[in-house]
Amino acid sequence: MKEQTYMTNSQRKSMRKNLFIIGILCLLIVIVFMISMNTGFIRLSPLEVIQTLFGSGTEKQHLILFEFRLPRIIIAVLVGMGLAVSGCVLQGISQNALADPGILGINAGAGLAVMLFISFFPSTTAVPVFLLPILAFTGAGITAIIIYALSYKRNEGISPMRLILTGVAIAAGISSAMIVLTLRLSPDNYQFVATWLAGSIWGSNWKFVLSLLPWIVVLIPFIFSKARVLNVLNLGDLTATGLGASIEKERRVLLAAAVGLAGASVSISGGIGFVGLIGPHLARQLVGSRHQYVIPTAALTGGLLVLIADTIGRWILQPSEIPAGIVVAVIGAPYFLYLLTRIKD
Amino acid sequence: MSTPAEESAEIETLEEIKKHSHPLIAIVILFGGMTALLFAIGLSISLGAADIKLATVWTAVFNFNPEITSHQIIRDIRMPRVLGAAMVGSCFAVAGALMQGMTRNPLADSGLLGLNAGASFMLALCFAFFPGLPYMYLIMFSFLGAGLGVLIVYGVGSLSRGGLTPIRLVLAGAAVSALLGALSEGIALYFQIGQDLAFWYAGGVSGTKWINLQIMAPWIIVAMIGAVILSRSITLLSLGEEVAIGLGQKTKTIKLFGMIIVLVLAGTAVSVVGAVGFVGLIVPHLTRFLIGHDYRWIIPCSIVLGGLLVVLADLAARMINPPYETPIGALIALIGVPFFLYLARKGGKEL
Repeated sequence: MKEQTYMTNSQRKSMRKNLFIIGILCLLIVIVFMISMNTGFIRLSPLEVIQTLFGSGTEKQHLILFEFRLPRIIIAVLVGMGLAVSGCVLQGISQNALADPGILGINAGAGLAVMLFISFFPSTTAVPVFLLPILAFTGAGITAIIIYALSYKRNEGISPMRLILTGVAIAAGISSAMIVLTLRLSPDNYQFVATWLAGSIWGSNWKFVLSLLPWIVVLIPFIFSKARVLNVLNLGDLTATGLGASIEKERRVLLAAAVGLAGASVSISGGIGFVGLIGPHLARQLVGSRHQYVIPTAALTGGLLVLIADTIGRWILQPSEIPAGIVVAVIGAPYFLYLLTRIKD
Repeated sequence: MSTPAEESAEIETLEEIKKHSHPLIAIVILFGGMTALLFAIGLSISLGAADIKLATVWTAVFNFNPEITSHQIIRDIRMPRVLGAAMVGSCFAVAGALMQGMTRNPLADSGLLGLNAGASFMLALCFAFFPGLPYMYLIMFSFLGAGLGVLIVYGVGSLSRGGLTPIRLVLAGAAVSALLGALSEGIALYFQIGQDLAFWYAGGVSGTKWINLQIMAPWIIVAMIGAVILSRSITLLSLGEEVAIGLGQKTKTIKLFGMIIVLVLAGTAVSVVGAVGFVGLIVPHLTRFLIGHDYRWIIPCSIVLGGLLVVLADLAARMINPPYETPIGALIALIGVPFFLYLARKGGKEL
């Protein structure tokens, strides 16, 4: 590559360091993957897991791993990746380190759509279950469009602060609408919706993996290809315009990609917040602020985080489960508050 | 004691504020609002599942006869409820006014600051571990929870570099609400009590009884009087910390007392009525818009208008879809969310 020949020594050194960090993260995911495979009602030793993975386990082990645990683990990692990269983009385009799909009300919108559906069509038989991701995605998208429209001002575009405040307000409105709906639900349906809202990886099924995978595979590389744009946007609107970026257009495209990622993730996992916040932050701590490195690192950190959270949630109160979203919030909210005390407006 | 120079400066500043305030309108609002409030209370008592004439309401209040059923309904069910609503509204409104004045933060509102989430977290704990706890204890615990929520939010705010900016306060509130919300969700899911909690919260003021009012009233009255006494200092504080210090105000003491009053008012209100936000946001802004920036008028007017808002909202909640009740918090959010959006659009400038 031509670019690399012009690299200075220190750049090459930092690249090597960053690739090393990315390697370590991959390794960690593999380790947690193994632990997570072992975690559950029926214990399997690491050896048994490896044997089964390579096709020489018993039928029962095969069933547990391939039909229950493996899809769930893959979904956890994909959801984490999607949310973290989405957060990365949101933080980049709003130039605000505290942006996160959850804070922006996207989770709330997805939740409202699901709740509306379940309260008006209360039979959760097989068909609606596959409808839910589509509904959630639509809800997330509509909410994002509303928030964008409300925080858009002619001549000024989007101000980061207005975007966040609008998101908080819309989320507050949606949550009070949900209180009204809650009362209409039967206890069974309520339990289902509540588990969904709390963000559990409930769709542990290969079909859900397949419905999420295209989004991740298409959008993350697309966003990665826009890494330079994100770098420029980070310099501030004026500089970015000066460097020839058509800000509002780039911002809209990136925003759409981010909402697509977050919506697809949330539609499978339910309302997991804070991943989109923590992922990019940790990534920036690890590899600096260039988006070429931040995006892949954030994706890995996010995947790792949700995987760990889901594993803890399955393990800690066996045989019942704590939704991953709750575990993430318990870790994420204090971290968010910590960041809040550090960051200047 | 303040020196004569400080005193004259203070008088000048207050004069300056007076020029921009409209005491005449304030007096009109106070009396008009009071009349409207009394009328709304009467109306709210008379309307319901059993229709009762306004005249009967009058005799039930001033000429009570325990033999008549409608008198009993009024005395035992409707009166405590409507008085509870008025009380809750006043509490939220004054708490909001104090918070906005002290922090110079136009977006300050108890619902957005972790109070509600804290209260519901404690409530979830109570429902899970001590089912069947008497009402009074539930209220006490959710009061503690409310305090916890605010404490974290303000703690984080005051630890921040660059202080407590409007957006930081809102974000800290959102994060603390998310955390406490997640914890209560976890508890609710594990113990399967989520819907019970929702019913409690959506119930609004319907469960209010005389005994609850009796226990809470003294606290609230003392806190309200405290707020009125503080109002002059709050006005100076709302001009900025430096100005207030320059005028010889002990800002730390004022803020401390102010926070205690806010906690008593909003904590009590939230434990009675549940997750109702936005009252503390809307009412003070409305009064400020009408009568200017003098908190000596804003606070009394907020008491009246806040009570009026919640009494009307409670009435609407009962009338929309009888015999079911629409959650009062959702109704107020219907006005509150657009209002918040409007403020955010204006730029959330400091007061």
